[in-house]
Amino acid sequence: MKALELQGLEVAYGAVRALKGVSLEVYPGEVVTLLGANGAGKSTTLRAISGLVRPRAGSISFMGEPLTRLSPVQIVRRGIAHCPEGRRVFAGLSVHENLLLGASGRRDRGIGEDIQRMFGLFPILLERRNQAAGTLSGGEQQMLALARALMSRPKLLLLDEPSLGLAPLVVRSIFGTLKALKAAGTTILLVEQNVNLALELADRAYVLRTGQVALEGQAKELQGDERVARAYLGGAA
Amino acid sequence: MKYARLVVALALIGLLAGLGPHVLPEYWVRVLIVLGINIILVSSLGLSNGFTGVFSLGHPGFVALGAYVSGILTLELTKKGAYLPDLPGFLAGVQLPFLPATLIAGVFCALVAVVIGIPLMRLSGNYVSVATLGFLVIVNVVLVNAEQFTRGSRTFTGIPPYTDLGWVAGWAVVTLLVLSRVAYSPLGRAMRATRDDPIAAQAVGIHILPARLMAFALGAFFAGVGGALYGHYLVSFSPATFYVAMLVQQLTMLVLGGQASLTGAVVGVSAITLLSEVLRNLERGFSLGSLQVPAVFGASQIALGFIFILVMVYRPQGLLGDRELPLVTGGRVAKGAGPVYKDTVGGGRT
Repeated sequence: MKALELQGLEVAYGAVRALKGVSLEVYPGEVVTLLGANGAGKSTTLRAISGLVRPRAGSISFMGEPLTRLSPVQIVRRGIAHCPEGRRVFAGLSVHENLLLGASGRRDRGIGEDIQRMFGLFPILLERRNQAAGTLSGGEQQMLALARALMSRPKLLLLDEPSLGLAPLVVRSIFGTLKALKAAGTTILLVEQNVNLALELADRAYVLRTGQVALEGQAKELQGDERVARAYLGGAA
Repeated sequence: MKYARLVVALALIGLLAGLGPHVLPEYWVRVLIVLGINIILVSSLGLSNGFTGVFSLGHPGFVALGAYVSGILTLELTKKGAYLPDLPGFLAGVQLPFLPATLIAGVFCALVAVVIGIPLMRLSGNYVSVATLGFLVIVNVVLVNAEQFTRGSRTFTGIPPYTDLGWVAGWAVVTLLVLSRVAYSPLGRAMRATRDDPIAAQAVGIHILPARLMAFALGAFFAGVGGALYGHYLVSFSPATFYVAMLVQQLTMLVLGGQASLTGAVVGVSAITLLSEVLRNLERGFSLGSLQVPAVFGASQIALGFIFILVMVYRPQGLLGDRELPLVTGGRVAKGAGPVYKDTVGGGRT
């Protein structure tokens, strides 16, 4: 069964059409990356999936069930976690509270254990656990945003530009963690500007251009394919 | 430790209520009563404005409703006949004791808050501020025009003087206990999350509207209770008592103390109340040894204004920012769940 399937998804912000019929699919256990220039519609696609914007047309289904009519909260509870662009940690709350909030939709007893797991994954967060999240460095905030998303025990993780504005070394370390998550079987839909890193991690890729899928294929095959570069530069794919 | 807050609270009430009126001069008893009422009003304002990020300007509207509701419910029947001859039957015939009247005033305000909050709490930022200001204006106009209930813009008088230091201390402690319990619970954490980032809050699965509505309604409940206490302290008041001047005073106390801190609300209220009392006495002129300082009327207001400016320049987050005494967070900080700043007034961020 497909984990996620988008068909003919259209989203508009007022008169601006951000997505003009995007179709894509993600299978369980797969890492799929969504590439494209600024304004191509990558973030909008993720926001539509997690219910933060309402699509004008088209369908989204998750594990065979339609998502289009659900609220963001219901969608999180179905098992989709969105790690938004620009990190968006709760600046005035402590690291520990941020992690607890990631488990807002959960009522089980495993939350404390999962927090310890996150501290194992990102030891720096353990050191900073009582610190206000707004005082963390950019890289630490990205780790916190990722850990917070994982706290919901997602079946599908939506990641929006985890490398944005971070030093190369920090980016390496984040992608190292993503590799470990992939090896553990996490299904990920990754939006990324850093094409090489994204294609290295992903199984498959879609390239968006002005709200449409311009190109898709196996990540291995798209590495070094000049059509990817051309899609970025706005030429014919 | 588990009962530390309760013990401290009971000791405080007992001390104030039992000993206060006997030991303290009348003047200080009155200062303490107003201080306690303002603690109730300002800390309840902080729940929406500071913890939830819904910067309401409508708080005095709830204070007014609380004062009038409790006033109408407790007025002696003979006085009702004289002052409010046109009251509808069921109100004309009731005379409730203080506690039930106060509770009804609080619940009434909470219900009003839910009704107006359902549309208003969808707004954010400056929009919600202007909209709640609209609520304050509407309440004022309604009170002025609902003459059969309120005597209109004339003074509403004859209210029994029930408010004493014991009631005020008791309610202030209940207010702070409930608010600290809520603000540092999972619900309070959700409130603070919607304040810091509404989009991310939704993305982790928090319903924004209920979280904001809870904060607004709970704040309105205590505003109503505080309003009832204030009404029975003043004994006579008019709609103008609960208007822009009151709003400005509450906001100043809250922002000065630190919006996202209950300790801050208490510090802000105490600082401004005590300072204005001291300054007011000083401005009448005093002698220091051979030095004779003449009376300079209005100087206290100027000095207060300067203090506000200085605090905002050097500590824009207020005296306490979001720090709390460990007592307020109830030891939940130790587990790492609350703000970590254990230092109090004047300490820097780590």
